Amino acid sequence: MELTRRDVLGALSAAGVGSVSGCSDLLDEGAPGENPTEADPITDHDVETLVALAEVVYPSSVTEIESFVREYSVARVRDDQSYARGVSETVGRLDDYVAEWHDDSYVDLSASARVDVLEQMTVDTAGPDPDGVAGERIRYYLVNELLYAFYASPTGAGLVGLENPPGHPGGATSYREGPYE
Amino acid sequence: MSSQPGDDVDRTPAEHADVCIVGAGPSGALIAAELSAAGHDVVVLDAGPRFDPADREGEMENHLRPGNPELLWGMGGERDAYSSSGDRHYPLNASRVKGIGGSTLHWQGMVMRLHEQDFELDSSVGLGADWPISYDDLRPYYAAAEEAFSVAGASDNPFAPPREEPHPLPAFPPSYSDSLFAEACESLGITTHSVGNARNSETTDEAGACVGYGTCKPVCPSGAKYDATRHVDVAEANGARVLDRVPVQRLEHDESGERVTAAVYATPDGTEHRQEAREFVLAAGGVETPRLLLLSESETYPDGLANSSGLVGRYFMDHLFAGVGGRLDERTRQKHVGFITSESHQYYDRPDDSRTAIKLEFLNYAGPAPADIAMGSDNFGDDLLDEIWSAYGNHVAMGALVEQLPREENRVTLDPSRTDDHGNPVPDVVWRLDDRTRATIRRANEIQRSVLEELGAEITWTVGPDSTGPTFHHMGTTRMGADPTESVVDPQLRTHDLSNLTIAGSSVFVTGGAMNPTLTIAALSLKAADHLAARL
Repeated sequence: MELTRRDVLGALSAAGVGSVSGCSDLLDEGAPGENPTEADPITDHDVETLVALAEVVYPSSVTEIESFVREYSVARVRDDQSYARGVSETVGRLDDYVAEWHDDSYVDLSASARVDVLEQMTVDTAGPDPDGVAGERIRYYLVNELLYAFYASPTGAGLVGLENPPGHPGGATSYREGPYE
Repeated sequence: MSSQPGDDVDRTPAEHADVCIVGAGPSGALIAAELSAAGHDVVVLDAGPRFDPADREGEMENHLRPGNPELLWGMGGERDAYSSSGDRHYPLNASRVKGIGGSTLHWQGMVMRLHEQDFELDSSVGLGADWPISYDDLRPYYAAAEEAFSVAGASDNPFAPPREEPHPLPAFPPSYSDSLFAEACESLGITTHSVGNARNSETTDEAGACVGYGTCKPVCPSGAKYDATRHVDVAEANGARVLDRVPVQRLEHDESGERVTAAVYATPDGTEHRQEAREFVLAAGGVETPRLLLLSESETYPDGLANSSGLVGRYFMDHLFAGVGGRLDERTRQKHVGFITSESHQYYDRPDDSRTAIKLEFLNYAGPAPADIAMGSDNFGDDLLDEIWSAYGNHVAMGALVEQLPREENRVTLDPSRTDDHGNPVPDVVWRLDDRTRATIRRANEIQRSVLEELGAEITWTVGPDSTGPTFHHMGTTRMGADPTESVVDPQLRTHDLSNLTIAGSSVFVTGGAMNPTLTIAALSLKAADHLAARL
């Protein structure tokens, strides 16, 4: 399946990022730069890291992940500065670990190595905790953020037959309809 | 964000007030709206904040995403400290919201009338006690309450008490899974029907129609679900003064002990003020209302205000949840909406004293949502998608509310060993289950199992007598009655002891039935407002 800007708006809606028009405004402000600023507390590297994570936590059939994550994440952090600081700080912790064991940054790892790192840091089994140890923060700020964007919107939930998942204002008619597969 | 410390709100007392209402939940808000519309000067004092509707999407994500450290609706901490010393722990702070709008901010929004039998339970089948008023006494107020809540409903329920006119809005049509249940129930001779919802099925002047966020409990971001801020807004537009974050510390009375003279409240900076008024209304819920009366002890009333009967805080009741769930070999289309569209009240009225009331519910939100599975899974990528495929989509579940009869030993009292952020003893909820309630839960489970077996479901869980929990309906702690030795308030909802003190809300219920209580809370509040208006 191909992710579109409509999917981005659906994901932002589930994440409570303003109105749809407000989302569009946030999306239209362009990409973040190399260094954090007051307007953009996260950097392009932070966004690249989120894309690299999304490529391993989303199903392989999903395409256009990069544009989806870039647009979603940038709008999200522009709406919530404290969340942005959490993302940026957590990307730093992830890169610190990867630098120590792989002498690289997370975005430069192969897909299989990226999964291995998540398992080595016990991100797969960690409970999400914004104030916890590195694995718990990565689960909260990075992995669950991406999973929430995908599966709490019609984009991901629709893959399993739920076109109006909790958190999405998809109307009050779909619940009456029978299965369509 | 809710209103913050240092805001510019003037929280000094009003110079003149006809009525001072403690609590800005549905009861206090409705009374404030009614009396302010009649031209009376109304002041409402609430312990919690004024929440910004713009923050509701954030509250929704807070609810949907695990690990978020923020408390839902700000409940918890020193302000809301409590004890629970009975046989059963009572999770008090999960069951209420303090703030403008009260617990309707997080409620499910299910609204139905009590049955005629509920008002005469002792005389009809020898259970519990009779109310001092009948269904007919409350009937016009039920209609007015349905209008106030813009209730969406239909008249297809053959077990419902008589009504005079259609619901204000059409019912939400049954869900796909309701149709599966209906077929199984028909085979078993169980009648299903629509259910009243305090959420807009159509757009009204007050709010838009439901857009299906699916998170009704604990937060409706769209405002389609009724909450009491609607009537707070009405009251304020009429000139009422509604103050947030002003917890009332105690009520004071005159020398004779016949009238309340002032509500003493604290502002966020710790300053205490006295709000005087001609009439006072306690509408702070089934726990804080009796607590405030007990905290207001005096030389005249050493056991607490309005407590000459010794029954303030006694007869605490809740409804118990009973449920059975399982999985089918087909897709069941769950989790599209967060509310119920079909029920069966066939087992509501009690045939004799062998059991209490049962209200059966057919859930539209059985099992986990895809995001719930994803955010708790140790799989990623395609393995995660496979896991979600197998875990979402074929669940079914039935719930039930089960009646608990009033028992004097179940009570809200004060715990002198713990204090809140103002140094007041915290409430202690002393609660246990009796054998009759447990037997009724077992009966509800039997019915539920028979329906799921008829559906062909593999039953995977049961919430029975040992695993049941409260459904967060606090009732009975200032019961209504004609006899001052056996009740706290009279049929006009005025305390027997103090002539200008009214109590509104579920604490005045004599018995609790098994219907969600808020429509009855609203009806009683409108009745109380009529009596207050007549005295003012």
